[in-house]
Amino acid sequence: MAADQASSGGFLTIVRRIWRSVSVPLTAVLLAALIGAIILYASGANPINAYAVLIEGSFGTAQTFGRTLEKATPLILSGLAVAFAFKGGLFNIGAQGQLLFGAITAAAVGFGVQGLPALIHAPLAFLVGGLAGALYGAIPGALKTYTGAHEVITTIMLNFVAINLTDYLADGPWKDTSPGNIVARTPAVLETAKIPAIGNIPLGFFLAVLAAVVTWWLLYRTTLGYEIRTVGFNPHAAHYAGIRVSATVVLTMALSGFLAGIGGSIETLGVVGRFQPGFNANLGFDGITIALLGKTHPLGVIPGALLVGAMRAGANRMQLHAGVSFEIIDVILALVLFFVAADMIVRWIIRVRAGEEEKVTLSTGWGSQ
Amino acid sequence: MATISTTGEASIGQRITEGLFKRVLFWLIAAIIVAIIIAYQQDARVTTAVLAATLRQSIPLILGALCGLLGERSGVINIGIEGQMLLAAFIGFMVNAWTGNLLLAVIAGVLAGGLLGAFLAFMSVTLKMDQIIGGTVINILAFGLTGYFYQVGVTTAGKLLPVPLGSLAELPLVGPVLFNNPPITYFTLLLVVVIHYVLFFTRWGLRTRAVGEHPSAADTVGINVYFMRYANVTIGGAIAGLAGVFLTLEAVGSFERGMTNGRGFVALAVMIFGKWTPFGAWGAALLFGLATAMQTQLQFFDVQVPHQFIGMLPYVLTIVVLAGFGGRARPPAASGQPYETG
Amino acid sequence: MGKGRIVLEARKLTKRFPGVLANDRVDLLIHQGEILGLLGENGAGKSTLMNMLYGLYRPDDGEIWIKGEKVTLHNPRDAIDRGVGMVHQHFQLVPVMTVAENVMLGAEVIRNGRLDRREARRQVRELSQKYHLQVDPTAVVEELPVGTQQRVEIIKALYRHADILILDEPTAVLTPQEANELFQIMRELTQQGVSIIFITHKLKEVLAVADRVSVMRRGQMVGSIPTQGATEASLAEMMVGRKVILQVEKAEAQPAEVVLQVEDLTVTDQRGHRIVKGLNLEVRAGEIVGVAGVQGNGQRELVEVLTGLRPMENGRITIANQVISHSSPRKITESGVAHIPEDREKHGLVMAYSIADNMVLNRYYQFPYAHSFVLDQEAIDAQGSRLVAEYDVRTPSALTPARNLSGGNKQKVIVAREFSRPVKLLIANQPTRGIDVGSIEFIHRQIVAQRDSGVAVLLVSAELDEVLGLADRVAVMFDGRIVKVLPIAEATREKVGLLMAGSET
Repeated sequence: MAADQASSGGFLTIVRRIWRSVSVPLTAVLLAALIGAIILYASGANPINAYAVLIEGSFGTAQTFGRTLEKATPLILSGLAVAFAFKGGLFNIGAQGQLLFGAITAAAVGFGVQGLPALIHAPLAFLVGGLAGALYGAIPGALKTYTGAHEVITTIMLNFVAINLTDYLADGPWKDTSPGNIVARTPAVLETAKIPAIGNIPLGFFLAVLAAVVTWWLLYRTTLGYEIRTVGFNPHAAHYAGIRVSATVVLTMALSGFLAGIGGSIETLGVVGRFQPGFNANLGFDGITIALLGKTHPLGVIPGALLVGAMRAGANRMQLHAGVSFEIIDVILALVLFFVAADMIVRWIIRVRAGEEEKVTLSTGWGSQ
Repeated sequence: MATISTTGEASIGQRITEGLFKRVLFWLIAAIIVAIIIAYQQDARVTTAVLAATLRQSIPLILGALCGLLGERSGVINIGIEGQMLLAAFIGFMVNAWTGNLLLAVIAGVLAGGLLGAFLAFMSVTLKMDQIIGGTVINILAFGLTGYFYQVGVTTAGKLLPVPLGSLAELPLVGPVLFNNPPITYFTLLLVVVIHYVLFFTRWGLRTRAVGEHPSAADTVGINVYFMRYANVTIGGAIAGLAGVFLTLEAVGSFERGMTNGRGFVALAVMIFGKWTPFGAWGAALLFGLATAMQTQLQFFDVQVPHQFIGMLPYVLTIVVLAGFGGRARPPAASGQPYETG
Repeated sequence: MGKGRIVLEARKLTKRFPGVLANDRVDLLIHQGEILGLLGENGAGKSTLMNMLYGLYRPDDGEIWIKGEKVTLHNPRDAIDRGVGMVHQHFQLVPVMTVAENVMLGAEVIRNGRLDRREARRQVRELSQKYHLQVDPTAVVEELPVGTQQRVEIIKALYRHADILILDEPTAVLTPQEANELFQIMRELTQQGVSIIFITHKLKEVLAVADRVSVMRRGQMVGSIPTQGATEASLAEMMVGRKVILQVEKAEAQPAEVVLQVEDLTVTDQRGHRIVKGLNLEVRAGEIVGVAGVQGNGQRELVEVLTGLRPMENGRITIANQVISHSSPRKITESGVAHIPEDREKHGLVMAYSIADNMVLNRYYQFPYAHSFVLDQEAIDAQGSRLVAEYDVRTPSALTPARNLSGGNKQKVIVAREFSRPVKLLIANQPTRGIDVGSIEFIHRQIVAQRDSGVAVLLVSAELDEVLGLADRVAVMFDGRIVKVLPIAEATREKVGLLMAGSET
């Protein structure tokens, strides 16, 4: 069945290979958009108008494009976190909680540490955020491997815990006590901690893309990556190979959490300028959709994140100008996830056969094996 | 550790370990009853209020756990309980607001839950999708649909009110807590008994459990594995739907975006803690219900704990329970794995 | 043994799977009261044929006739209704349920809307007595020994009034004595009018119990002959298509110094039960010690401890004068131990990885496959190609995923990986389970070659013939101990069989 071992290159072969990877996700998105249009129409809205405004709101001007990239950044990192965990055989739905901790600790370093030059302050805050995410991600990893608690539930629970804890911190010890402020939020981070934008394009976006590349390199070009993937595919064989499975599981979740954490750092240091509770409740689940759109490949996450980022960036405009409630995006994304995961349907529609490497079984029940 | 307790038959070895477990359980329950009596002596009103709140908070968890365990007993993991509850809560609420008919609203909600259950079955059994992703699809879909169609300002036409059971409702403590409840609450308690009976004493239950433990054994004796899974997951969805209508039509009386608040996931912990049995789920749900009920009480007691920490309590408890039980509990052996016939 | 009319017949049965013609116009028939042996090596198509006769698969072409009537079997229900019962090689019993529950599953006894467990128990006892198959209806299946579980499977079929029984490799998990008991049961059943199709790849058994034998090879029926007058050699030739060397050719062993020393090894499971109870064993360089024994007597745990995959409670293990009692798998591998695991797909390979990536499974971190923490994929792929050629692994390239390989070739990959480095001790656990004769011969030759080059070989196998064919010394394992070690010259089937069953000699 190794028909894929094309000996030489050739333009047609390359096109065929690209089509092979893109066909299913692309068709999934189109199908979802179609069904979304039907729902819009059935509830009295004009789908064409709505979609047009949506696109305008994402790519219409240089400014909106910049905003799309801004929205896409934490999505890239959330998708990376999920995809990375998948490769290690784990289901990390906790990206939201890990990101929240990253965001608030980055803010804390950002406003709490005085007298550092920008060249040190910003990277420091950035990395501390990642570290906080890593620690928070390591918890469910350790729970899974040492107690058998399944990470799907623990990460979701920890999301709720994170919301409450960061809420408390932003409303209590780390509250912005400047005159006139009653809202729960931290003080603004110092200028030296901020991550700037280059024109309309936020630097954070490049950092996210860089993270994707580094993640790819780590997974496929290093011994650690080999170990993580082996544990992900077959923990028994990994044990037999001498890999320390428990340590690898915890490390995988920690690295996954780190990726989500720096997403939080970028949000705080590059976009909002402080920590304010109540942003982006969908991050965890969007991350899953994005990871699957990209077939859990680190580089594949980027186009998916751009797509979802575009949709979310344009949604507000769509609500304002087309009168369509922005939750329709959630519905469409749920459908995208469905079609991507149920790729049997899509393949049947567009008659594409599955390559051998593409079968991804992600969960085998509650047991840690 | 002893295997999943199947009432009916047991070998001698199993009987001994279960005997020990039963003894520990007996003393634990006795201790709890004593504690309740003492508390009642101290302050009757508060004790009654806490116990009533415990029962009320536990109902969606029991129903959610029953939904989850029906599915898992037949071999399908259901992460989508949260979404099933939410959509049913919304539809029940809307139907009630439009028609003013409570019964119709309850039925609509239950059907909505059942529909999502059938959808999950379709994804898991026919499409053989990863079951956790299937559940996630349901959750996101429910959040999106309920958020999209919700209009602020719609109110329900009435609520399901408590129905006192004659003179039983006059008894001290147990009267107001147990015998003066609205219909869904009574029904839930009845459902626990019914499902226990069906699962362990009927043909349907035997086949369901076989399909979840060793589907090919069931297949080779001519049982239709796909059908059993579809049926159990759909019925489970309907039960989750009941939990949803309970929230809007019996407990709260209105709808809010995301009002299920993680209960669907806590229900999974309840199911695991209860070892995939109905009575176990009931006991575990009461425990979680108590933790949530205590939240409101602690606020009255002027405790100097920030409200966010109290809000975290059920979620932290879930994690603790899973950590203590996650590895040692034995789910149905084939749970989570798609089945291929021949 | 009254042989009467034909009760079951397959005519020109054909079944195709993607890429392979599993059954090619197969003819088969069995008379009433007859024991028919169905012989063929792994992959010949026997199980596929039986699955069609039991309704689990639908034939693409051909006809099935049961008791004189042409039938179409849509599912096992149809087969059961016509009196066909099947005892699978991998038991189809629900482990957590009792015997009675398992027997009645699908054909439950109901009273007043609920399960009538008492009646089911009664019926099981009745069948138990009638056919001399001792089982306790209230026992939980997973706590029963394997031989008893098999009896439950047979009762399951008889409960449904089966008079045509298909037994799929029934002796795979039995001692020679238990196998004889099973044959006795089979003869008694035929006397009561039951017809039995008995699938196996063991020539001796077919000759021992069957009246007739049908031989399959590569999906085709080669021939059906009475067992009277057939010999092992003639049957083997039919099975494989050429003259088969039934004994592995090897020179006399030249054992040297002790390489593996196991002293007083004790291993417990999670519940605290002792599985390995004070085991002692010694293997020298240049010899093959074969551990004979029925599965479930502690062999798996012994191997897991020796390879570092499981902790021990007590005892001492020394390999080449190094104490490795509590070492990690990596340390043990690095001290010169090669391991062919029992379950190649679970422990030995990562199915999704390429063959080349699998070849470096236990040395990906070493030079030249990695430079500190960076992998050298080129070096890995090159090594993969080299080994594929050297060990004759049938694959388009070393980059194909391991899951595409046949069983025999998967095993070759593992063998190639383990043998392609200097090694002092080889532990081979069920090395030829479930693979074709050609690969079996290859692997046996490789093992003997290792021995001849001075490696100490510990062979653990549930196939007594393999142990008797390869070993220089036979160590019999029973109930967690090595009960006796015999030089090969003294190790007769009878003696070893008795020891395997626990009786002292």
